[in-house]
Amino acid sequence: MGSLLLHKLRSLLTTLGVLFGVSSVIAMLAIGEGASEEAQEQIRLLGSQNVIFRSVKPSEDAVSNQSTWSNNYGLTWKDFEAVRDTFPWVTRVVPVRVLMQDVRSGSNLIHPRVLATTSEYLEVTGRLVYQGRFLGVEDQRRIANVCVLGYEVARSFFPIRSAIGEKIKIGPEYFEVVGVLLPRVPIGNDVPLPGVGITSEVLIPLSTGRRWFGDMQVKIRSGSRDIEVVELHEVIAAVDLPQHVPLAAAAGRELLARRHRQADYEVVVPLELLARAEETKRIFNIVLGCIAGISLLVGGIGIMNVMLATVTERTREIGIRRALGAKKKHIMMQFLVETVVLSVGGGLVGIGVGIAIPSAVEYWADMRTIVTIDAPILAFGISVSIGLIFGLYPAWQAANMDPVEALRHE
Amino acid sequence: MEPVAELQDVSRVYRMGNTEVRALDEISVAFGLGDFWSVMGSSGSGKSTLLNLLGCIDRPTSGAYLVGGRDTKELDDDNLSQLRGADIGFIFQSFNLIPQLDVLENIMVPLFYQESPPLDGEDRARSLAERVGLADRMNHRPGELSGGQQQRVAIARSLINDPSLLLADEATGNLDTQTSREILDLFREFNEEGKTILLVTHEEEIGRQAHHVLRLKDGKIDEIGQGAG
Ligand SMILES: Nc1ncnc2c1ncn2[C@@H]1O[C@H](COP(=O)(O)OP(=O)(O)O)[C@@H](O)[C@H]1O
Ligand SMILES: [Mg+2]
Repeated sequence: MGSLLLHKLRSLLTTLGVLFGVSSVIAMLAIGEGASEEAQEQIRLLGSQNVIFRSVKPSEDAVSNQSTWSNNYGLTWKDFEAVRDTFPWVTRVVPVRVLMQDVRSGSNLIHPRVLATTSEYLEVTGRLVYQGRFLGVEDQRRIANVCVLGYEVARSFFPIRSAIGEKIKIGPEYFEVVGVLLPRVPIGNDVPLPGVGITSEVLIPLSTGRRWFGDMQVKIRSGSRDIEVVELHEVIAAVDLPQHVPLAAAAGRELLARRHRQADYEVVVPLELLARAEETKRIFNIVLGCIAGISLLVGGIGIMNVMLATVTERTREIGIRRALGAKKKHIMMQFLVETVVLSVGGGLVGIGVGIAIPSAVEYWADMRTIVTIDAPILAFGISVSIGLIFGLYPAWQAANMDPVEALRHE
Repeated sequence: MEPVAELQDVSRVYRMGNTEVRALDEISVAFGLGDFWSVMGSSGSGKSTLLNLLGCIDRPTSGAYLVGGRDTKELDDDNLSQLRGADIGFIFQSFNLIPQLDVLENIMVPLFYQESPPLDGEDRARSLAERVGLADRMNHRPGELSGGQQQRVAIARSLINDPSLLLADEATGNLDTQTSREILDLFREFNEEGKTILLVTHEEEIGRQAHHVLRLKDGKIDEIGQGAG
């Protein structure tokens, strides 16, 4: 043990391999775990049996040869009908419009996402009602001025009393609050409006939204006015069985490709997100697995090398101990323990680094990571095994030295 | 007296390429319990080889070596290690202490390799350190001790498991005359308490102090005689 400390720098350098190997293992597991967790959450939030069509503003190049102040793009009601009527597997199709409107209560002003949609939105997205009720078919028919608030909006407007029955102002119109939804965790793809969390939403009946706010959006960008005309921002199609999702997605893509000249829409398939996450996880596992494997191999060989040198340096000590009654197994144990201490030392630092890497990845690469409790345990086991495997030969050499020769060693 | 160790026609041959070195050549000798022997002879006469065989860290090329009546041929490596730890104490010319351990720890090293180490090991080590005159040096490292003091540590270490046979190879070879005499007195004391002692030396003055003198020449017994002791 003393000799390990004697050569602090040497010991430190040799354990770097194990350190890198072990930290890669932990980082790999954390990133993989995070990716699949995130995918599963997306599925939960978007609905595993949904195919979602979204309007996307076409790239600037495509726009520039059109008129500069008025811009029509995105999904249309005709698209909606086509999706609803041509797929055998689609059970429900929900249209969503996103309105750019201020929302006020008294002097309070916020900018949530104002969604105009139908009563089926709730069921298809799996959102849950916290208080009151969701938008109904009757609201739709009556073109009623009613709204449902996201949890955060309700909290900010009505921190103490219940929001139900209160009036809020969307744009110039007054709406009665009939319900509050439970919050949901933000999803990677959703880009929240500036200064507003994604859970900050207000939902109104589609018909009401159409009546008061029409199909036009006026955006003011860097001083110039930009008028965008978008009929539908999102169409959510629910499919009857999970195994039909890929077919429906393919059919939907084909349909829209036929109907649209430009890439002014995207198709989001939560099931495919999962597959993509699994793919990400797999690639990470291969890359980091290779790094871990090579590092551990190099680290192990390095440790073996140092231990062989140590055995030579301490040949005389081995001879003395043998003369004083040490059996081969005692010598073997002594050097094995030293090797394991060396590699576990590197392993423990590696566990620390390995837990730090995922945080850095989270910060820089914006990926979710999860360090489970088994990762450090596995890493610890790996470093013990490396010590045992690569310590075996040096220890065996030490144990099988001829005592007389060892004692004559200078 | 019943022999502690007995060699019967023992040879030890080193083979180096085509040449053979007969370091020991058909040696037969018996060492009785409680005897004090010196083994003398010029350099290369086979003294160390003899001691290594007696100490069971080497095996004869031919012939039989009996310890306490048991033939070492029938003992495997573990048995021999056990025997060394329990019944034989080694003292070397270059002291051979473990540099990173302090005096007390060095004395205690042979305890760790016993099947059932005694519970009072540390007390024993302390009283042995006091016996050899190192009461105030217990926590010093070997590097902080003089040659004579280091050899005292080695003697205390050789006695920790209370062996019957002490083997000293040129134990005074690195020491000045005065210190050599003190070390020799220590051996004589322990011999009077019943330890069998074999002292390898090439110094006439030291060798004559023993009860019996074994003279080696070219691996053969030249003479077995009485000492002055
Ligand atoms: N490991 C060895 N290989 C070859 N020859 C050896 C070895 N050990 C000792 N010898 C030879 O055996 C003879 C006796 O050596 P040794 O017992 O060390 O003598 P001493 O201790 O009396 O000086 C010498 O000729 C020496 O060269
Ligand atoms: Mg010699």
